[in-house]
Amino acid sequence: MQVNEQFTPTIVAFCCNWCSYAGADLSGTNRLQYPANVKIIRVPCSCRVNPMFILRAFQRGADGVIICGCHPGDCHYTTGNYYARRRTTLLFSMLDYLGIERNRTRVEWVSAAEGAKFAATMNDFVAQITELGPNRRLEDLRCRK
Amino acid sequence: MQRIGVFVCHCGTNIAGTVDVKAVAEALGREPSVVTSVDYQYMCSESGQNLIKDAIRDYKLTGVVVCSCSPRMHENTFRKAAAAAGLNPYMVEIANIREQCSWIHKDVAEATEKAIILGRAAIAKVQLNAPLVAGESPVIKRALVIGGGIAGIQTALDIADAGFEVDIVEKQPTIGGKMTQLDKTFPTLDCAACILTPKMVECAQNELINIYSYSEVDAVSGFVGNFSVKIRKKARYVDETKCTGCGLCTEKCPQKKVPNEFNLGMDNRRAVYIPFAQAVPKVATIDADYCTMLKTGKCGVCSKVCTAGAINYKQTDEIVERQYGAIVVATGFNPIKVDKYDEYAYGQSKDVITSLEFERLTNAAGPTSGKLLRPSDGKHPHKIVFIQCVGSRCTPEKGKSYCSKICCMYTAKHAMLTREKYPDTEVYVFYIDVRTPGKNFDEFYRRATEEYGVHYIKGMVGKVSPKADGTLEVQASDLIMNEQLRIDADLVVLAAAIEPDKSARPLATMLTASMDTNDFFTEAHPKLRPVESPTAGIFLSGACQGPKDIPETVSQAGAAAAKVIGLLAKNKLTCNPCVAHSDELLCNGCSQCANVCPYGAITYIEKEFVMPDRSKKIRRVASVNPAVCQGCGACTVTCPSGAMDLHGFSNRQIMAEVDAICK
Repeated sequence: MQVNEQFTPTIVAFCCNWCSYAGADLSGTNRLQYPANVKIIRVPCSCRVNPMFILRAFQRGADGVIICGCHPGDCHYTTGNYYARRRTTLLFSMLDYLGIERNRTRVEWVSAAEGAKFAATMNDFVAQITELGPNRRLEDLRCRK
Repeated sequence: MQRIGVFVCHCGTNIAGTVDVKAVAEALGREPSVVTSVDYQYMCSESGQNLIKDAIRDYKLTGVVVCSCSPRMHENTFRKAAAAAGLNPYMVEIANIREQCSWIHKDVAEATEKAIILGRAAIAKVQLNAPLVAGESPVIKRALVIGGGIAGIQTALDIADAGFEVDIVEKQPTIGGKMTQLDKTFPTLDCAACILTPKMVECAQNELINIYSYSEVDAVSGFVGNFSVKIRKKARYVDETKCTGCGLCTEKCPQKKVPNEFNLGMDNRRAVYIPFAQAVPKVATIDADYCTMLKTGKCGVCSKVCTAGAINYKQTDEIVERQYGAIVVATGFNPIKVDKYDEYAYGQSKDVITSLEFERLTNAAGPTSGKLLRPSDGKHPHKIVFIQCVGSRCTPEKGKSYCSKICCMYTAKHAMLTREKYPDTEVYVFYIDVRTPGKNFDEFYRRATEEYGVHYIKGMVGKVSPKADGTLEVQASDLIMNEQLRIDADLVVLAAAIEPDKSARPLATMLTASMDTNDFFTEAHPKLRPVESPTAGIFLSGACQGPKDIPETVSQAGAAAAKVIGLLAKNKLTCNPCVAHSDELLCNGCSQCANVCPYGAITYIEKEFVMPDRSKKIRRVASVNPAVCQGCGACTVTCPSGAMDLHGFSNRQIMAEVDAICK
């Protein structure tokens, strides 16, 4: 049994290649710290994030999932982030219904110029998940090591 | 069985400073299917790349994972190295352990653990990579320039100079744009027409340039190298091929009361008109809104006097469809409408005018033949007040938040020219700041104040009130002397903010080019790619991208032309192979993917399938055009049957990454 004080959450961040992944790179270039338990997966666009990926992450033991894309209106593919926004709104309310707290999921718009915002967002999100504690609701115990 | 090679980069101390690279290489070396795992000082250096190439050959690698900097930095470098060693370049994955690990963490143990996890995710992904071959698409060696102002003209001339065909689409009956309305140009004070009209003539005479005047772009489809554009040639009721531009019809037309837009409505023209003497093409146009013949069917004077038989009242809009390899947007700007600023009394008094109207009043071809006369009574004004920043640098409710950039300089020019021609006229300029950051610009402004005695007053005008005696009382504050001023002016000139042309927004939608909140086109990168739109094959020239003066516009036009020439000089373009593809056996032809595709890359085909019982069945299935698809992946998520997937970022690949990270 994990003790809550030493709990370090596993967080999966899906970042779009054009804005948020570049924003994450920028926070690195500027040496802006954020916790090491955030792991970034690069996707071409936030609209590439299939709700299945989010469910899978929770099943496999992720404690929080964040999706980052270009600001509305700035999508490299014109409309991709609008699709992401609608899909995630629906999915998050469904997850909420299933008992996955709303705060375990988040969508954030981070541009390629917002390295500071990326780091701040990740710090905030990690703090939020740490407070929530481990995800037990959807975790598939068969997947546990 | 997969044979993966892992290469961990030190990046000097950039990575090795916080990440124990040896431990990472060792840990990843223990992963199943990894056959070699090494670390090296600089993987991107030639010897580092050779290390990868040798390992590919020696270990017969099927996949390569490089743990290094961001893939945005060196993905291509390592792909090329892999290709040189005979491995498909898309069998390379990068684990970003610099920007997203070593640079943001201080604790070595923590950073090392994260680097190992990121490495594992990349190993998991690369095992599911498929060798991809980048397709090629041909380039149509013709460019389209939308807008025939100085920006469009210069771009077209430069492209044609390199030997490529160019079409100019201009919505007005003549090319030339705003510059044709200007009198003199700062800071050298050469006459606008003298430097512009030769370029217009050059356009008309160049065999490679084709001008569609009085035309608009109706629809755009296709992609870089292969755009298809529908151009609407609006009916001008005059046969362009027959009209000689003699102008007889414009003299004989009985409908004399049409506001002349070339002089901003300060005088009238006929219903059939040629905008100005040097128009290109010099062809008459009938204004259907005012022509008696077109409205009532009774007149026909122009047709009777035309010896060339060019008048055709039955002409209709014509749609021309043309193919282009590149499109340049040069839609330019317009001054904003100033009637909403009640405090300046524009619209209440004829003697409150905009700077462009002032420009026409001082132009020899203008309504007063170049004499500066008050529009209300035709008398010579003795006191002129110029008001700067009308609608520029405002709150969003009042106007534009940006600086219109050109107003300080043209107002200095107006003030100087007025003082030169009419030394008895007093000139006041009210300003917030005087901005003159251009070559010889500040010297020019100082000449206006020092040599020509123009009164520059820092402060904004609060109110302009027309008085009974015909003068205009200007109430303003002098911020430097800290006093309230009242000036009885004969003429007030407003330096109106400039905004993108109204046609820009619908055009941006057609081109899928992005715009900022002010409707200026955005560039692919504000510093490094200033003349390209983020949409491949679309280039930007002139004030459609932001406020610009003529020298800046011309240099940007040349830069856009150079980019277009670079594109058109290629015979084939390499496409991004990371595009969507549909599994025809799973697709049920529901059209949802086509609905979300922003590029129209998905079409449906009827395909014959052999069913298990050997019967044949024709089904409607989705088909992705790989040259059009940009690989966003919207369709892959929308597809209800899971038939759509994306090369390079497949469902299985991303799932594998998720699994590796959450382990």
